[in-house]
Amino acid sequence: MNKSSRGVMTFKGGIHPAGNGKELSAGKPTQTAPLLAKYVVPVAENAGKPPVPVVKKGDLVRKYQLLAEPSGFVSAALHAPTSGEVTGIIEVPGSMGVPVTAVEITADGLDQGEAPFEPLSDWRDTDPARLLERVGEAGLVGMGGASFPTRVKLSPPPDKPIDTLILNGAECEPYLTADHRLMLENPERVLTGAAIIGRILNVRRLFIGVEINKRDAIDALTQLAGGYGVQVVPLAVQYPQGSEKQLIKAITGREVPSGGLPMDARTVVQNVGTAAALADAVTLGIPLVERIVTVTGAVVNPGNWKLKIGTPVIEAVKFAGGVTGEIGKLILGGPMMGFAQRSYEVPVAKNTSGILLLPEDEALNYGSGGCIRCGRCVQGCPMHLMSCALATAIESERYDLAEANHVMDCLECGSCAYVCPARRPLVQHLRRGKAEIRKRRTAVKK
Amino acid sequence: MNENDKTDSLRLPDAGTLVLSSSPHISAPETVRRIMGKVLLALLPAVAAGVWFFGFRALLIIVLTTVFCVGVEALWCWLAGKPVTATVSDGSAAVTGVLLALNLPVGVPLYVPLIGAFLAIWLGKQVYGGIGNNPFNPALVARVGLLIALPAAMTTWTPPRGMMEEPAAARAFFDPDTFKQLQGGKVELDSVTCATPLGVAGTTPKIIDSANPKAELNFARISQDGQLFDYFIGRRAGCIGETCAPALLLGALILICFNLINWRVPVCFVGTVMLITGAVNYFFPGVTPPALFHVLTGGLLIGAIFMATDMVTSPITGTGCVVFAIGCGVITSVIRIWGNYPEGVSFSILFMNALVPLIDRWFVTRPFGYVVRSREASK
Repeated sequence: MNKSSRGVMTFKGGIHPAGNGKELSAGKPTQTAPLLAKYVVPVAENAGKPPVPVVKKGDLVRKYQLLAEPSGFVSAALHAPTSGEVTGIIEVPGSMGVPVTAVEITADGLDQGEAPFEPLSDWRDTDPARLLERVGEAGLVGMGGASFPTRVKLSPPPDKPIDTLILNGAECEPYLTADHRLMLENPERVLTGAAIIGRILNVRRLFIGVEINKRDAIDALTQLAGGYGVQVVPLAVQYPQGSEKQLIKAITGREVPSGGLPMDARTVVQNVGTAAALADAVTLGIPLVERIVTVTGAVVNPGNWKLKIGTPVIEAVKFAGGVTGEIGKLILGGPMMGFAQRSYEVPVAKNTSGILLLPEDEALNYGSGGCIRCGRCVQGCPMHLMSCALATAIESERYDLAEANHVMDCLECGSCAYVCPARRPLVQHLRRGKAEIRKRRTAVKK
Repeated sequence: MNENDKTDSLRLPDAGTLVLSSSPHISAPETVRRIMGKVLLALLPAVAAGVWFFGFRALLIIVLTTVFCVGVEALWCWLAGKPVTATVSDGSAAVTGVLLALNLPVGVPLYVPLIGAFLAIWLGKQVYGGIGNNPFNPALVARVGLLIALPAAMTTWTPPRGMMEEPAAARAFFDPDTFKQLQGGKVELDSVTCATPLGVAGTTPKIIDSANPKAELNFARISQDGQLFDYFIGRRAGCIGETCAPALLLGALILICFNLINWRVPVCFVGTVMLITGAVNYFFPGVTPPALFHVLTGGLLIGAIFMATDMVTSPITGTGCVVFAIGCGVITSVIRIWGNYPEGVSFSILFMNALVPLIDRWFVTRPFGYVVRSREASK
């Protein structure tokens, strides 16, 4: 394992965002949002193939009813967050900047529905294949980031043996505290989820990694962890601690080989939110229709809310009492890897961990100055790349040099751009370089 | 309260005015200007020591050089059609100015700072494209340029305050006639000049022979314990900012605390010089004075702390920095022991500056995920 100087697990590289904004919402209990008149449930927000809507305009739906069914292996089902009438299959602004298809539901105000699946309270004796099937039925996706269908992640190919499960409770993004509140308020759901995934994957080594700035959550988990066979691992407060490769390195000491996936290090990583939703799907028989979202930044009353999937951003901002001061950006997700928005109508999706109204004075303005070769980006790169040299190579269209110096291993975590004193858009150059190299590789194949 | 009132009370700006850009959306507080400000702060003890030891004229030289450097930078930007305020306000020209001034003898004519500023900013920095693009340390380009162009002005040394307190020990550095007059207490001379310790060591005939009693005697005369202490606190001839070791070490501490330099660079640079000069002195005492003499004289400390650590002109990785610093140490030692110049710090750093692109190519970081050790595989 990899101990930092302070004795907790960590990886080499990365950055330490100062004054990270978590204090705004970390101490506040999660609130349940009041029922809205209308929800806009995005259909295509997950990685992989979008599911296909199975309802049409005018249909009456019950809460938890299937709205869209998976269209392939790498695809996840979608369910109604409340009861009401489908008033349209429409296009809405998506969090990634392109419009997405969404099912508009006008709520009937009753919020009624039955658990569509049989509760498996005896999951400890249930056939793992049956549990895996439930993961698919419930429309579970990775709730920490890319929204990758959980069923796929829990079905490693037979030639990739898995011996370790890591639940990701690092929550290394500044400002976000949704996972923190979840682990603190519902540790048993998170741990149940861990144990169920452990059963599905047939692994005995179950870890949950949590940054030590969430001491209360670590204590809450540790108290119960033994009963679930889970080991709670305190991690150094260091971005991007919650990146899969860095988390695996910190906890197990294993390095995922270049171009590989966690399963190449015999490990599966799942977000703690996903684990809790999975526990609900198995023990209660309900699909994923709501999640905890941190609404924070320059708002009157920052905090965490349990929001239904399809809640428009503007409604969440209302829950937080509106804006205070000047806001520079509206971001879905955290300030390091989240997506800037230009619409308040963007709906909350399964992977929306935060709604951040970034104060104007904190918003990063990129500069046009030259690299002063200070090396901060190199020290800060969790993949140990020569970020500044890569950016310079890509600026001069030397994609060959960039490729030879491993630009394709870049995680795009943004640590380099965060630390650059010349405010150079380093990660942006690297993203462009990666895209160009991919394009050229495809062209060669054709 | 109706729905419209509620929306207004949210105080949301028009969605169309929101800034759209890709992540990350926040940054560390450090900027180039802040870095330069901290470097200036770290230079402050050396500036204060220079003014203390060499008087008001030292301050004049420092202010003039800095103003000229900033002025030349502004002039260049104006002529080249680049943003003047934005460029000058990054503070890099001011740092170059102070560094250059600290590397000048206090008695230089006042046109020297002006020429130096052109050499540093114009020839050393802007012709390459400005901050970040210069391969050589601008202050050192100017210093070496001036040394070649105006050798007399650049090697005429003024004794600092307190150097004559122990006349017997100072005797080695003065012309015998001057010394007699100073001894007599009748100081009616317009100005007094003297030699630097390295200058004395450098003009001592070197014969590689274990028995070279004359040179040994000469070296012993300039490296007694009491004298080494004088060199340490700055009571010796030299450039304005290079003589006072405590001030320079304090500067190093500030730089290291602010994480602006890699401590390995000064340590490896000075360590290499100590190792080589110490070894040569041990085996051939008639060839060079002892290691400690070399550390405390000339520009080794200011060079190792402030010049070799310049971010722009030193390697990016830690390993690269160590190689760079060792190279500086080797070249400095070779020039000091066997070269025609008494001092070699500037040349050594400039030479190693030229190798930085190669060092950067050879010493890169090992990317994550490229070595799977068998120990890990067994875990």
